[in-house]
Amino acid sequence: MLAVTYDDVVRFIQAYADVIAEQKDHLTQLDSAIGDADHGINMNRGMKAVLAKLNGHASGDIGATLKTVGMTLVSTVGGAGGPLYGTLFLQLGAATSGKSELEPADWEAALAAAVDGVIARGKAELQDKTMADALVPGRDAYRAALEDGASFAEALRRSAAAAEEGMKATIPLVARKGRASYLGERSAGHQDPGATSSWLLLKTVADTWAGD
Amino acid sequence: MKKLINKPDDVVTEELQGIEAAHPDLVRVFYDPHYIVRADAPVQGKVALVSGGGSGHEPMHGGFVGVGMLDAACPGQVFTSPTPDQMEAATKAVNGGAGVVHIVKNYTGDVMNFEMAADLCRAEGIDVESVLVDDDVAVQDSLYTAGRRGVGTTVLLEKIAGAAAEERRSLKEVADIAREVNANGRSMGMALTSCTVPAAGKPTFEIGDDEIEIGIGIHGEPGRERTKLKPAAEIVEIMATAVVDDVPFKQGDQVLAFVNGMGGTPLIELYVVYNEVAKFLKGRGVTIARNLIGSYITSLEMAGCSITLLKLSDELIRLWDAPVKTPGLRWGV
Ligand SMILES: Nc1ncnc2c1ncn2[C@@H]1O[C@H](COP(=O)(O)OP(=O)(O)OP(=O)(O)O)[C@@H](O)[C@H]1O
Ligand SMILES: [Mg+2]
Repeated sequence: MLAVTYDDVVRFIQAYADVIAEQKDHLTQLDSAIGDADHGINMNRGMKAVLAKLNGHASGDIGATLKTVGMTLVSTVGGAGGPLYGTLFLQLGAATSGKSELEPADWEAALAAAVDGVIARGKAELQDKTMADALVPGRDAYRAALEDGASFAEALRRSAAAAEEGMKATIPLVARKGRASYLGERSAGHQDPGATSSWLLLKTVADTWAGD
Repeated sequence: MKKLINKPDDVVTEELQGIEAAHPDLVRVFYDPHYIVRADAPVQGKVALVSGGGSGHEPMHGGFVGVGMLDAACPGQVFTSPTPDQMEAATKAVNGGAGVVHIVKNYTGDVMNFEMAADLCRAEGIDVESVLVDDDVAVQDSLYTAGRRGVGTTVLLEKIAGAAAEERRSLKEVADIAREVNANGRSMGMALTSCTVPAAGKPTFEIGDDEIEIGIGIHGEPGRERTKLKPAAEIVEIMATAVVDDVPFKQGDQVLAFVNGMGGTPLIELYVVYNEVAKFLKGRGVTIARNLIGSYITSLEMAGCSITLLKLSDELIRLWDAPVKTPGLRWGV
C-alpha cells in the first residue's frame, strides 16, 4: 500500500461506526465507573448519524467527507465527546481538503492537526486521563515510524499499538479533566472511556488501511 | 424503572411539545434542532440571554424563558449537554441587535459546546459574551479538577441578568451583572435517593435506605461524603457551614436564601429545611433579605435539596424584585 484512496477513507468511517456500535456497551460501562455512563451511547448516536449522512454522498473529496463527519458528530453527540471528536474529524478534513488520495506524509499532517485540535478544544495535558493519552502517543509513534523508514502500513500499525499502550496507561491515573475529575483519587484504577474510543479509532484506521 | 413516559427516546421531544401546548402565550418551541424562545423574540434593541444544558432539571432552563428572564433555552438529551447547532440557531432567533449573553454552567461538555457555538455566532457577526456559572462548593476548585459545577446560582443569575436586559442595559453591563451574581453565589446539594435517566433505565448510583450523599451534583455526581441519615437540623448545619465559610459571607451581609428541591422532595420538607437555614443564618448574623423555596433546578426524581446563598446589594435586590413572566417563575405582572 502506497496511498489511501477516497474509498479507503469511506471504508474506515463505516468500520469505525461498526466498531463503536459493537463496543457501545463496553464504552458506556467504562464511563459508568468514572463518568456518567453515556460515552458509548453518545458516540453510537453520532456515528449512526454519520452513516445516514454519508449514505449516497460520494464527493470524492476526502477532506470534504471528513469535515461532514465532524459537523455531524458536533451536532449529534453532545457532551464532551461531541466537540472533541467533532473537532478531531473537522481538523482531519481541513488538513486533507481537496485530496482524493492520502500519502503517508498527508496522514502525518492530518493526524497532527487533529490531535492539536483536540488539545486546543479540551486543554488536556498528557496524563490528565483523557483521549489525549491515546491520541498523542498514536501520533508520535506514526511520525517516528515514518522517520525510521517504516512502510505506510507498518507506521499505521505502530500508531495503533502506541495508542493502545497509552490507553492502558490511563488505568492508574487520577483524572484531572472532565467529569471523572470530580472523583479525585477514586478515578484511579479505571480505564478512561475517551482514551478507549480514541484507540479504537486509530486501530480501525490500521485495520482498514493496513489490513493483513 | 417506573416513569410516566411513552418511550425513553421520546421524553425530551414530548416534554417540549407539552410546554408548547401549555404556554403558547409565553414561548415558542422549535424542534430541528431543539430550542425554546420567548413568544415575542427577537426583542429589538434588547440584549438577549441564551441558556442551555442537559434536560432533567426542569423547570430549568425551558421554564425560565419569558419576559424578564431568558430569551432562549437549549435542552440537551437528559443529563447531556446540548449541541452547538442548537445554541447557534437559538442565538440567531433571539438576537435583537444588542448582543447575546450565553449562560454556561461549568461542565466540560457544556463549556466546549457553547464555545463552539460562540465561535460560529461571532463568525456571523453576532456579539456574544459567555458567562460561566460555577457555584458548587462541594467541588474543590483546583488545577486538578474541571472546576466547580454550576448549580443553584444559575436560577438566580438567569432571573437577575434577565431583569437587567429588560431594562435595556448594554451587553457588557448585563454580562457583568451576571458575573457579579456568580461571584457572590454559593451552593451545596444533598441526596436522599438516586435518580434514573430514562435511557439508562436504572438508578445513576446506589445508596442505602439509611444513607445520604452530602455535596451531590445535579446529575448525581459524587459529593463530599456518604453518611447515615441525620435530622434536618444537622444536615443543614453541615451544608450551610460549607456554603457560608466559602467566601464571601460575613456578619451583617444580606442574602437571598434559596432552598431548592431536587425533584422528589415535597415542599413540607423544604420548609423544614428553610426553617433550619433561617435559624443558622440568624446565628451567623446574616440577614435573609429575599428567599426562594421550591423545586427549580432538579435532578429528575432524586429526593434531596440544595441550599444556595447569594449575597445581595440593593441593586441586585431591585433586579430580583423586577417583574418576571415565565412558565416556571412569575411575579409582578
Ligand atoms: N478536557 C478534555 N480534553 C480531552 N478529552 C476530554 C476532556 N474532558 C473529557 N474528555 C474525554 O471525554 C470522555 C467522556 O466523554 P463523554 O461523551 O462521556 O462526555 P461527558 O463528559 O459525559 O459529557 P456530559 O457531561 O456533557 O454528558 C472522557 O473519557 C475523556 O476521555
Ligand atoms: Mg460521559
